[in-house]
Formats: sequence, C-alpha cells, structure tokens
Amino acid sequence: MSEIPLVPENHVPLPNVSSSNGLLAWVASVDHKQIGIMYLLTTLLFFLVGGIEALLMRIQLAQPRFSFLSPEAYNQIFSMHGTTMIFLVVMPMLIGFSTYIVPLHIGARDMAFPRLNAFSFWVLLFGGLLLYFSFLAPGGAPAVGWFAYAPLNERPFSSNLGVDYWALGLLCTGTGSIAAGINIIVTVLTLRAPGMTMRRLPVFTWMSFINAFLIIFAIPILNAALAALLIDRQLGGVFFKPSESGSALLWQHLFWGFGHPEVYIMVLPAFGAISEVISVFSRKPVFGYAFLVGSGFGIALLSFAVWAHHMFAVGLGDPLNLVFGGASMLIALPTGIKVFNWIGTAWGGSIRFSTAMLFALTFIIEFTIGGISGVAFAVFPIDWQLTDSYFVVAHMHYVLFGGTMFAVFAAIFYWFPKMSGRRLSERLGKWHFWLTVIGFNTTFFIQHILGIIGMPRRVYTYPDLPGWGWMNLVSSIGAGILGLGVLVFCWNVVYSFKRGQPAGDNPWDAWTLEWATTSPPPPHNFAQVPPVRGRRPLWDLHHPDNTDAQNPKVSED
Amino acid sequence: MLKTLLKEKHTLGMVLFIGSEAVFFLMLVLAYVYLRAFEPASFTAASALKPLQTGIFSLFLFASSGTVWLAHRSLSQKRHTALCLWLAATIGLGAIFLIGQGLEWRDLLRQNIDVSQHLFGTTFFTLTGFHGLHVIIGLLLLLITLVLALLGDFKSGHSTAMETISLYWHFVDVVWVVIFCVMYLWTLL
Repeated sequence: MSEIPLVPENHVPLPNVSSSNGLLAWVASVDHKQIGIMYLLTTLLFFLVGGIEALLMRIQLAQPRFSFLSPEAYNQIFSMHGTTMIFLVVMPMLIGFSTYIVPLHIGARDMAFPRLNAFSFWVLLFGGLLLYFSFLAPGGAPAVGWFAYAPLNERPFSSNLGVDYWALGLLCTGTGSIAAGINIIVTVLTLRAPGMTMRRLPVFTWMSFINAFLIIFAIPILNAALAALLIDRQLGGVFFKPSESGSALLWQHLFWGFGHPEVYIMVLPAFGAISEVISVFSRKPVFGYAFLVGSGFGIALLSFAVWAHHMFAVGLGDPLNLVFGGASMLIALPTGIKVFNWIGTAWGGSIRFSTAMLFALTFIIEFTIGGISGVAFAVFPIDWQLTDSYFVVAHMHYVLFGGTMFAVFAAIFYWFPKMSGRRLSERLGKWHFWLTVIGFNTTFFIQHILGIIGMPRRVYTYPDLPGWGWMNLVSSIGAGILGLGVLVFCWNVVYSFKRGQPAGDNPWDAWTLEWATTSPPPPHNFAQVPPVRGRRPLWDLHHPDNTDAQNPKVSED
Repeated sequence: MLKTLLKEKHTLGMVLFIGSEAVFFLMLVLAYVYLRAFEPASFTAASALKPLQTGIFSLFLFASSGTVWLAHRSLSQKRHTALCLWLAATIGLGAIFLIGQGLEWRDLLRQNIDVSQHLFGTTFFTLTGFHGLHVIIGLLLLLITLVLALLGDFKSGHSTAMETISLYWHFVDVVWVVIFCVMYLWTLL
C-alpha cells in the first residue's frame, strides 16, 4: 500500500503574488490560505508598530524623570500599545493560523463560508486602520489604556475623539472575530474528511474550535459595552457616568466579563500549536490527548467565571472576592495538566532542537513562570499589595509574550515551509531565538522586583528612588535586545521567502494532513485526501505494518 | 434534529450567530437590571410606559412568529401562493409592531424622556433601539425573500435562506419577550 502515491506530484501552478492577476488576486481572494497569510502579514505589521510603541515607552522609562515623551504622548502610546497587541496582533494572528491550518488539518477544500472569511479579515484591517486614524484626529489617539476605565472614558474626561475611534475600531475587529469564530466552528463540524472523527482532530484544530466558542460568546460582551459607551459619548447617555447615577463599576464588570475569556482567546490556539510542535519534534504522539483537549474545555468554561479577579481592589466585599479567588485558582488545574502533557510528550522522545522546538520548549518555561505569578494574584491579599504595580506588567507579558508570542514564533517556524514552500533559515532562527530569550527575560523578569518594591504601572515617569533607576535601565536595555531579535526574525522571513531551502511536502516528517499536500498547497488543497484511520494519518500511511491503531500505547483513549 | 443541524452549514452558522447575538442582548438586559436594582430612583420615569398598549402591539410580533412558521411549512408543502401570503403577513405584522414602537418613542420624547435624561431613558432607548434595529433587519430579509418568491424562487420545497431567516425571526421575537418582561412587566410590580 505504501507504493501507491496517494499524494501525486504537484502539476498545478503554485499561487504566486507576481502572477498575472497580481495584487487583485489577493484583495479579491476568498481562499482560506491567502486570507490566512494576509491575516499573518497584517498582524505582523501591527506587531512591528506595537513593538515600536513599546520601545518608545522603554526609552522614556530608561531614566528617572526623563523627558523623552510628554505625559500626553506617553498615555496615548501605552494605550495604543496594549490595544494594538491584544486586538490587532495576538488575537487575529491566532485566528489567521486557524484560518490557514484548520481546513488543511481536517482535509477540507476551504472554510465553510469563504466569503464570510474574507469579510472577517477585511473588517479587521479596517478596524485597525480606524483605530490608528485617531492619531490624525484633533487631540490624538485614545489615552485611556486598553481597558478604558469609566469614567475616564467618558466625554467630560476624554473630550477628544480618541475614545470614539477606539470603540468603533474595536467594534469592527470584534465583528470580524465573531464571523471568524462562527466560520471555524461550522468548518470543523461540517467539512471533516471521511474518517476524521472529532476524536481524531489534531490538537491545534481542537483548540481553535474551542477558542471559536470563546470568541462568539465573549466578544459580544465587549460589543455591548462599546455600544453603551458610544451611546454615552455621542448621544449623551448616562450608562457609566457616576455623576448622573450611572455606574462606573458596570463598565468594569462588562469589560472584564469579556476581558478574562479574552485572555484565553489569546492563548488556546497557542497551546494547540505547541502541542503539534512538541509532538512532531519529539517523534512521539501527544501524551494524554483526551486530557489536553478536555483541559481546553475546562479552561474555556472557567474563563467565564473569574472576571472579578481583575477587580479585587474595587471593594466588592469578601464573599465575592472569595468566590472569584477560588475560581481563579481552579484555572491553574487544567493549565497545569497541559504543562504536564507537554512534558510527557517530550519525555523519552528523540528530540530535534530546531528553532521551532526551542521556542516551544522555552514557551513551557516562560508560560509556567507567568502562570505561577498569575495564580499568586488569585490570593487577593497578594493582589491588593501588587495590583497596579509593575509586577502585573511582568506577569502579563510572561503569559502573552513568553507564552503566546513564543508559541507563535514556534508555529511560524513550523508552518512557514508549508505556506511558502521554503524553510526559514535555522542559523538566523537561532540568533532570533537567543536574542528573544535573553531580551525578553532581561526586560520583564526585573519588573517583578520593581513591582514588589512599589513601582506603579501606567505612569509616564518615576522619582529617583533607590534601585528604580538602574532596574528600569536594565529593562529598557532588554527591550532593545528583544527589538533586535524581532529585526533578525523579519530579515529571516524576507530572506527565506526568496532564498530559503526548498521545503518539500513534509520537511519535518510530521503526521497531520496539511503535510500530505504540496508546499504551498494548490488552491484546492488536496488532490486526494489520504485515508484517516487514526490521529496521525501520515504515520499510518508510511508505516502500514505499525499503524497507531495496531499499537496499544498510542491507540485512541 | 441535532444531527441535521450539525450537517447543514447555513442553519448551523445562523444558530451560532444567534447565540452570539443572544449574549449581546443578555448583557444589555443585565446592565438594565443591575442599574435598576442599584439606582431605583433613576427609574421613576418608567411609569410613563404603557404596558397594555405595548402589550397589544407585542401580540402582533408574537403572531408573526407563527406566520413565519406557516410560511416555512407552506414552502415544504410546495404551496407557493400560501408561502407568499404568509410571508407578506409576517412582514405586515412585524411592521405593525414597529409602528407601535415608533408611537411609544414619540410619546416618550414628547414628555421629554430621551436617551440623555437619566438611566431609564438611556437604558430604555438602548434596549428597544437595538431590538428595533434587529426587527428592521429581519423585515428587510423577509422582504427580499418575498420578492424572490414572487419572482418565482423557492419552488423546490427547500430553501436554506427561508430556514435561516425564520430562525432569526423567532430569535428577534424571543428577545422581545425578555425585554417586555424586564422593562414593562417589572414596572407593574
């Protein structure tokens, strides 16, 4: 059976930007692969913009009482940094991966609703541009943080149009995300190839699927809050105006009701990507598939029940604080299960330390540090001590950069060959990896200490207290190194796209269906989908005498 | 039922969209309940509402859920004229409900109750406004369906458009049941 070429040589011309149709072929595209790539390129662009904003902040904070940025400019830049990284980078980047990979993972021709897919992307881009257009508006960009607390977000305190652009921009990107979420769920439920049962879905697709549910149920909470905010600001409503018996606290409930599921929206597909990478580069199937998937469900459900742990300092009273503190600690369980699953997957495997694997393994360490500092906040006396300090900044960047972005880099190194037909340079990749690891930890680890000794976050400068100056300088130097790493990465992408080593269909000897087709895949994805008789169809295909179904150790649990 | 739902992508997509929309309305309703529970003094103007009048107009909306179901049934029975008639009836009933909403808005505005006066005004116009917007969208979709039907479409006895639009229309109806309860019936207590 192994003699039969189930995946024939590719005779279809590969999609090419410079082909006769040129740019129009991309703008008018409803192909999930092109849309996925546009998602990734757009979010990469916004990643650079958000990164430059971060560097500007770190320059301003490098010395006590520095005057590189004005307080107004600093507030605008830190608000835009947070908003950009969350809504225009991490979330859509993961959606972009799902858009590209999920149909290939399940052996489908495209997403369930290709035109809706294009709509999702374009409305995201439009929302991003709308948000950045605020820099040109009188009064400049929003200066209220990514969370836009009431009543600072109301007219009397933010009288220019920045917050309006912010709200409208996020309504656009949110609408796009909901459309993408619906699309992913329907795709997974209706378009799976014969044999691809739900219990055989690759872990990345499972996580994208669960994530899509989080998206369609969490984003409307934000949309409701944004709609109410716009009614307040544009029509004179009083939802969040305490002076007119509105409730500023209501904004926090709504915002964090969305905001905490959002945290997992920004990490679940990253968990999925890590599971694929660690499994493939350890030459072992994932350890405890059912637990990996089940804990994803656990995280998704719990994420809707913990929002008030962002509000311990509000004064909700002990009963509520205890409930939300307890619920927040519970989330450590499914997350911990995942960490042990990844360690168990790598354990005893023959590990190949490619750049993708290095990022994936480092993800486990950095994410665990962020997870531990996160659980600490669930103990609300600790939260009272550390809230609004740099400790929170350190925690959240360990989860979002050390966690999600490391996973994203792993995923890019893993799937770039499939998307472009060429491998990324491993030599540049190692430079990128070490600069990122050193830069990241230098920037953020010391912020734990800064927070503990009392430096508040969201301030544009600080007094010259003992230790504050040099620690901030160290952090800023780290940010510079991190920036250098990102530059190496960008160069790697550009260089390897043109001159990289040709990848072939399956450069990593991986087992999921996307590697059964050509790199890049033809417009119709598969000339013929290989038979799916287990979780690793390509393993079964190449080892007909030792398929997963015959092996009791890896059979479906 | 569940199995056919999981196989047909359009109805499945619409069900998920409705789920997402339901959360949106749920948040606005919860915001209303939360504010009213904590600031009852800002809701005295709620006494200006006319539960009986709006209740009667609501019956037209509830009835339209029935007619859209009949339209759908006529479709599967391939009774084309009946389909067109029931669709037209649905649109008519929905439109009457909207007119009732318009009259009520006019009455309130004449009493100087608008979106910017107090919490009652803000929450009332937000909730009924977003619901009204959904009714308008539903009416447009039904109108398109009706025009297509009059042009001779939907004769095959099966149409995903008809199926998804009627799902959406039932949803708009259910949302109104909730809004009517918390906004009008609460005032009667």
